[in-house]
Amino acid sequence: MKTILSGDQLAITIKRLSHQILENCADLSDTCIIGIQPRGIWLSDRIVKEIRANAPGAAMKYGVLDITFYRDDVRKELHVANQTDISFSIENKKVILIDDVLYTGRTIRAAMDALLDFGRPAKVELCVLIDRRFSRQLPIQPDYTGKSIDSIISQRVKVCWQENDGKDEVVLL
Amino acid sequence: MQLSTKHLLGIRDLVPQDIQIILDTATQFKEVLQRPIKKVPSLRDVTIVNLFYENSTRTRISFELAEKRLSADTINFSASGSSVSKGETLLDTVNNILSMKVDMVVMRHSASGAPHFLAKHIPAAIVNAGDGINEHPTQALLDAFSIRERLGTLEGKKIAIIGDIMHSRVALSNIYLLKKMGADVTVAGPPTLIPKHMAESFDVRVEYDLKKALEWCDVANVLRIQLERQNQVLFSSLREYNLAYGVKKSLLDNLDKEILVMHPGPINRGVELDSDVADSKQSIILNQVENGVAVRMAVLYLLAGRRGEG
Repeated sequence: MKTILSGDQLAITIKRLSHQILENCADLSDTCIIGIQPRGIWLSDRIVKEIRANAPGAAMKYGVLDITFYRDDVRKELHVANQTDISFSIENKKVILIDDVLYTGRTIRAAMDALLDFGRPAKVELCVLIDRRFSRQLPIQPDYTGKSIDSIISQRVKVCWQENDGKDEVVLL
Repeated sequence: MQLSTKHLLGIRDLVPQDIQIILDTATQFKEVLQRPIKKVPSLRDVTIVNLFYENSTRTRISFELAEKRLSADTINFSASGSSVSKGETLLDTVNNILSMKVDMVVMRHSASGAPHFLAKHIPAAIVNAGDGINEHPTQALLDAFSIRERLGTLEGKKIAIIGDIMHSRVALSNIYLLKKMGADVTVAGPPTLIPKHMAESFDVRVEYDLKKALEWCDVANVLRIQLERQNQVLFSSLREYNLAYGVKKSLLDNLDKEILVMHPGPINRGVELDSDVADSKQSIILNQVENGVAVRMAVLYLLAGRRGEG
């Protein structure tokens, strides 16, 4: 087991990602942040909290999206669905999808399909905490990256959160 | 995470965890049905035949909608107007349909056990949409979903099932499900419409006095008097049935709490349920219908995940 990000480093990285999003979004009222269930929402919760702390009163929308019903491997393994909560229109908005780890790109493909069922956004961007380079199976790349790592297929990246796992850290198993 | 069964033949075969998974998945599908595009691509590689040997409005439309919302291909078959009238057997009919590469069969049949028979002989996943006087599992699931949506849980809730318990597949499926999920059940109705030994066989209370049953319960699930299944006279007239067992506004108004009123439909207005009750805000009958699509989507989605296993 190897530590990729310690708790302190993780906090700094989240702060940086939030500031990059702030920097890129001139008008937050046109921006929607959408966390991908289940594990992306721990990150999106923190980023949204950070953005709101830095831009009080900003009318940025925040939702969570579950992609279970859009997966391309329904038949291989049954996944439990989680809650989707997008109680606003994404029509002509800038949407930033947030997930913890970008690996094959299949989750993001499914998320984009799911997203389009809610409307036609003006732009979709992707923010991930960990980008596992050279392992993509689809042409999908992040716009905001916490940390890029090189890993082999047999390895697993685990992002742990205080709220869920009792400790903030990212490890390579 | 998956169901313990390949088919949904009855609630009797399910374990509580199966019911929990189905209801939780249905909650997510209900959200899908609120979206601008009420459709997900999950079952786009699945073909489903709806085999209806008996009349149905709600169940059939509900299943068909559920299948379409899941992007499955569907075929509808009704016994009338088909080769069934030329004497083709059930197994032959189904095998012919399956040879056209159908993955799942949703079946309603007037013979109890017909879907169990099919499940033994064909490889497709079977969903029972009502078989004779045996079970109607998706109705019980959507009833449970509707109760859970209103009351938060099934555990410890008091449900009265009122009316023709003897001929009702809805009653049987509901009893199995509610008992598995820890609810208390009372069956109420005239003695001629309640089978003997109900209390011992199913661990339910039996009540012949409608007023007492209503006073006891949190939810009253009122069943239809099934005129088509009554070959002998079990009560003297519909008017008399209404007087003794019809759920009336005055009865509900005199209770010290507001109970929920459910009905699987179609309602015989003025027989088992008076119009002013059916249309009151205590009635969640139309919610049941709405939830039916989400619950059936969950069942089909979860069973399709098990397709192709040995």
